[in-house]
Amino acid sequence: MLNRALEWQIASVSAIQAETARTKTFTLSLPAWVRHLPGQHYDLRLTAEDGYQAQRSYSIASEPERPGQVDLTVERLPDGEVSGYLHDVLVPGDRLEVRGPIGGYFVWEVSRGGPLLLVAGGSGVVPLMSMLRHRMAVGSSVPARLLYSSRTPEDVIYADELKSLQEGGDGLEVIHTFTRSQPAGWTGYTRRIDAAMLKEISTPLGGKTQVFICGPTLLVEGAADGLVAAGLAPGSIKTERFGPSGGSA
Amino acid sequence: MVAPLNEAHELMLDGNAAAGILYEIFGEEMTASPIECGGCGREGELGSLLAFAPAPGLVLRCPACEQVILRIVQTPDHVYLDARGAVHLRLARQAA
Repeated sequence: MLNRALEWQIASVSAIQAETARTKTFTLSLPAWVRHLPGQHYDLRLTAEDGYQAQRSYSIASEPERPGQVDLTVERLPDGEVSGYLHDVLVPGDRLEVRGPIGGYFVWEVSRGGPLLLVAGGSGVVPLMSMLRHRMAVGSSVPARLLYSSRTPEDVIYADELKSLQEGGDGLEVIHTFTRSQPAGWTGYTRRIDAAMLKEISTPLGGKTQVFICGPTLLVEGAADGLVAAGLAPGSIKTERFGPSGGSA
Repeated sequence: MVAPLNEAHELMLDGNAAAGILYEIFGEEMTASPIECGGCGREGELGSLLAFAPAPGLVLRCPACEQVILRIVQTPDHVYLDARGAVHLRLARQAA
């Protein structure tokens, strides 16, 4: 990777789209756009008039094959200092201070091969969506499975797009589990992600699978342990925890 | 593996959350660089460490033994990096 300065830049908000009741996608146009790796994030910094600053990290949702822009999907946290501002105050045309793309650990691109197993809890799907959109954008048929845990069907982010990606028939399978309420006639999983579920999902992909797990700490640790128990190498499993602070540094 | 979850664990992130400040300190992307824990000898990427961000500053702990490996504290003028919990940090040379 090219060594470059990581500098703050002023992005402008091109579009804001509601995804679910608690998540919105912010499309940012960047004057100093740099191609990202799916899984990376941007740091975002708000500065109040008195100089007080609040900084958070937000995962990139979009594929890197879109020069000049990134999508950040942000969940509104209760009392969220930054997410609350983004959700309630920000409008298209506004400017935001960001730096990125950042991160080299929780990343995947097609050249790294597969099969790919993605495990998401709630808004943990965001960086995984960047991987799937990238996979689609470059026409890859690397076998991939997304196991996505949501409380209700209304909480599923990117629901329509995931459906059409799966129907594209290029070797992607999306498996939902709904832990609180399910659609009428639902015959799929209705429980939290557990070892038995992980074994069922991971076994058909084989032992060389690369795994990315993103969600709340409990889900991440449970899923990582479950996949090791199912026979996958700990070194093939990468995790990213979503903390209530949205990440700060 | 990790001790029973308590309130601190609920607030826990991982080394990915430190990517920005580590980039500031070292001038390059660091989360894929391996670091060896001084407590138990585990070697793993910085991104795989446990991060406790709500502390005053940022604390990175070993996911195997939970020893503190790195502490990062920022003031308006300086960044303090306390790395005494690490045996070594390995950085790849840039390809010529």
